[in-house]
Amino acid sequence: MPTYTFAVNGKTVTVDAPADMPLLWVLRDKLGVTGPKYGCGIDVCKACTSHLDGEAVNPCVVPVSEAAGRKVTTIEGLADGDTLHPVQEAWLEEDVAQCGYCQPGQIMAAVALLRKNKNPTDAEIDAIQNVCRCGTYFRIREAIKRAAAKM
Amino acid sequence: MGSPTKSAAEHDDGAVGRRRFLTFLVAAPTLTLATTNLAPDGIGTAAAEAGVPGLPQPADIMDLGDVLILAGTPTAHLLVLEVTEDGEAHFELPRAEVGQGITTAVAMLVAEELDLPLSKVRVRLADARPELLMNQLTGGSNTIRSVYGPVRRTAAAARARLVAAASTRWDLSPDRLVTRDGAVVAPDGRTASYGSLTGLAATLPLPGLTVKPKPESEHTLVGTPTSRIDARAMVTGTMRYTLDLDVAGAKPTMVRRPPTINGTVRSVNNETAVRAMPGVIDLAVVPTGVAVMAETFGQALDAKDALDVSWNDGTVDALSDADIRKRLRAAALPFVVPPLLTRHVDAEFDFAFVSHAPLETNSAIADVRDDRAEIWAGLKSAIVAKQTIAAAIGLPEDRVTVHVRQSGGSFGRRLFFDGALEAAQISKAMARPVKLMWSRIDDMRHGRARPATHHKIRATYALGQVLTYEHRVAAVETDFRHGLGEILTATAARLPVAGNLSFAQTVFLTTVKVPYDFGVVTELLNEVPLKMHTASWRSVYSANTRGAEEILVDELAKRMGKDPVAFRRAFLKTDRQRRVLDKVAAAGNWGRTMPAGFAQGVGFHDEYKSCTACLVEIDARDPGKPRVVRAVIAADVGRPINPRGLEAQLLGGLTDAISTTLRAGLHIDRGLPLEGSYSQFHYARQKDSPTDVRIFIMPADGEPGGAGELGVPAAVGAIANAYARATGTSPRSFPINFDVDFTPFPR
Repeated sequence: MPTYTFAVNGKTVTVDAPADMPLLWVLRDKLGVTGPKYGCGIDVCKACTSHLDGEAVNPCVVPVSEAAGRKVTTIEGLADGDTLHPVQEAWLEEDVAQCGYCQPGQIMAAVALLRKNKNPTDAEIDAIQNVCRCGTYFRIREAIKRAAAKM
Repeated sequence: MGSPTKSAAEHDDGAVGRRRFLTFLVAAPTLTLATTNLAPDGIGTAAAEAGVPGLPQPADIMDLGDVLILAGTPTAHLLVLEVTEDGEAHFELPRAEVGQGITTAVAMLVAEELDLPLSKVRVRLADARPELLMNQLTGGSNTIRSVYGPVRRTAAAARARLVAAASTRWDLSPDRLVTRDGAVVAPDGRTASYGSLTGLAATLPLPGLTVKPKPESEHTLVGTPTSRIDARAMVTGTMRYTLDLDVAGAKPTMVRRPPTINGTVRSVNNETAVRAMPGVIDLAVVPTGVAVMAETFGQALDAKDALDVSWNDGTVDALSDADIRKRLRAAALPFVVPPLLTRHVDAEFDFAFVSHAPLETNSAIADVRDDRAEIWAGLKSAIVAKQTIAAAIGLPEDRVTVHVRQSGGSFGRRLFFDGALEAAQISKAMARPVKLMWSRIDDMRHGRARPATHHKIRATYALGQVLTYEHRVAAVETDFRHGLGEILTATAARLPVAGNLSFAQTVFLTTVKVPYDFGVVTELLNEVPLKMHTASWRSVYSANTRGAEEILVDELAKRMGKDPVAFRRAFLKTDRQRRVLDKVAAAGNWGRTMPAGFAQGVGFHDEYKSCTACLVEIDARDPGKPRVVRAVIAADVGRPINPRGLEAQLLGGLTDAISTTLRAGLHIDRGLPLEGSYSQFHYARQKDSPTDVRIFIMPADGEPGGAGELGVPAAVGAIANAYARATGTSPRSFPINFDVDFTPFPR
């Protein structure tokens, strides 16, 4: 089986895995990084949203071979130790999460959006496709605006 | 009051404390039933000016929540609260947290009663505890209603014991001591932390100790907006859901399922080839399909997809939506009042099946051995799950430990424990621990759903009065076999309904009621039993039944020449109801001029001692792509514990209503739902959600009512009414836009 070396949340890892194994299962089942969640497996619900070299990706459809030599950031790698990222802080201040299952993905999507666009409009926030089955969308929207103001 | 016990408790982090501390298992309370809840709620206290008063309906006299409380009362005080030597309070909640925020609300109750900072209260979900009998069911919007008194009394007892311990240590009368910030304080300023007192408090003989919870007027935390205690874990990714647990040896497992609902395995045709696939560990035929275990879920998924299985028929193979609709129409009971004598409004409505679709799919961990078993799953009916699993795997109940895990959504889904049962069956068959995950496609197609319903409503009116109001509901049977039948049987003598009603009819009659003075009101349910997987879906019958009624109310108002808000005001039964309606009408600027294609709509709902009104504005310039752009909601829940959490529940109810009214449903085609993922089942996304939402919580004026399901029905009515006004149509079939706009996944 081939091996792949890449960084996960600042740590270099090497895994044995078939080239086409989705990164989601490498993270969750081989590396024990469980922040990214399974919700559909086909890049529809976006619950696993993480970053590959700073860009939002959905590890459920990214083969592990694509991660080789690159930097993977999951929700666990967003805070700086105990210091939360401003988006995480905004999430707490708006008390966004209900069941919480989609929220790692929502936060990673919001961080990626704010990285490209410091002050997104409502229409730009609408473009985030991550499903929240608890229906917290309005609080997500308010948290993104709050985080934008902080940053 | 009960007596404390000394115990060594195992906490979530696995650490075992061996030191003494105060643990309460408060038994045999000398408490009366929750009789204050049994009084009709405001009936007749404020006769409407215009309405012909109707008799109270069963749900006015005793609702499903009252039934659950009554059934749970004998064991309501078997609660476990520990005060640890580091000064924390650990409470075991015999309910399931699925996102509704009950652990936070309960932590607030404990913190309030103990005068302890909220950060020092831990709430853990209790394992299945059969000794609680009927008191470990999470449903019917009942958690806060049923635990509000018992939790406060338990915490008050703990506080009294800590004070007694300080009183003994300092030789001061307990009357002279106060509690503050996790410590007992003497008049001279000496303080003793709870942690330093808990050992003594656990051993003091205090036979005559009487305790009373704080008067509600002294609450400083309860009733104030508070953020969730688990929010930080959620935003940092450290929250552990079932599949995030590392249970020794439990390997990823998935199940290949039949092409139609309830099909069974005839033969597996390529077992050897699949067993040879990368990572595959084991394979077993179980009642629900073929289970495959692998090193990773990716490999288990590939292997299950590669299986070549011949299947026996399922239970509804010939059935499609058209047949179901025909059977529902035939099953709707006839009206009593003929339409000939008076002016009347008739309307019929259809609602599709709806998946619960919690984001965390059905999942469980099971470790079944010859002489014992251990289960981990999100379970809202933990005791029935434990009993059923024990029977299925042939072990005595006391050899099966069932851990209730916080889970990623439910909406009624996790009343059923099919995932946990299946995991146990697989673990037994493979003789290995199993970490079972359902694929999204399976979760949507072979999971549970809100049953499709058909509604016939007739209202007659004359001289500005509504004289009669009849509603006939025909529904595909809702499965209540998660312990509710036992509860209804146990409380049968007290139920406000008589005769030989089915469980379903009893649930219907104890949950659904018309909040208006509409003269002679009859609402009847008739069910069509189909062997499909159904379950209560947030608000059970009310989303459809009351949603349809709120649409009819608008049409009746129009026919009688009244504005929808003025009409509701005139016919609502109580001032309390009118206040929430007035609130949304004023805050939402009811009646303001809207551009073409936009409109306002309003809806009202009353259940479980709570009431709510919802006003929305819709943009339906393209009737095929409507969007609710603004919403104003007001709710009176009697006594809000955490207004911030309550607002979250109402926001969730609004989003559920947007989804199921406009676009989200399941098409049944030859024995299987067509929809298999969120690209096909159109639950709302950010682009479908309003950019302006305001929620008003009315001040406390009584006991807590139910709130978890409250938000859906009024919003269904408001959205449909706004859509009707914006488009000049009369929506009758829901969701309104329900084309098969996708290519279904292979069966």
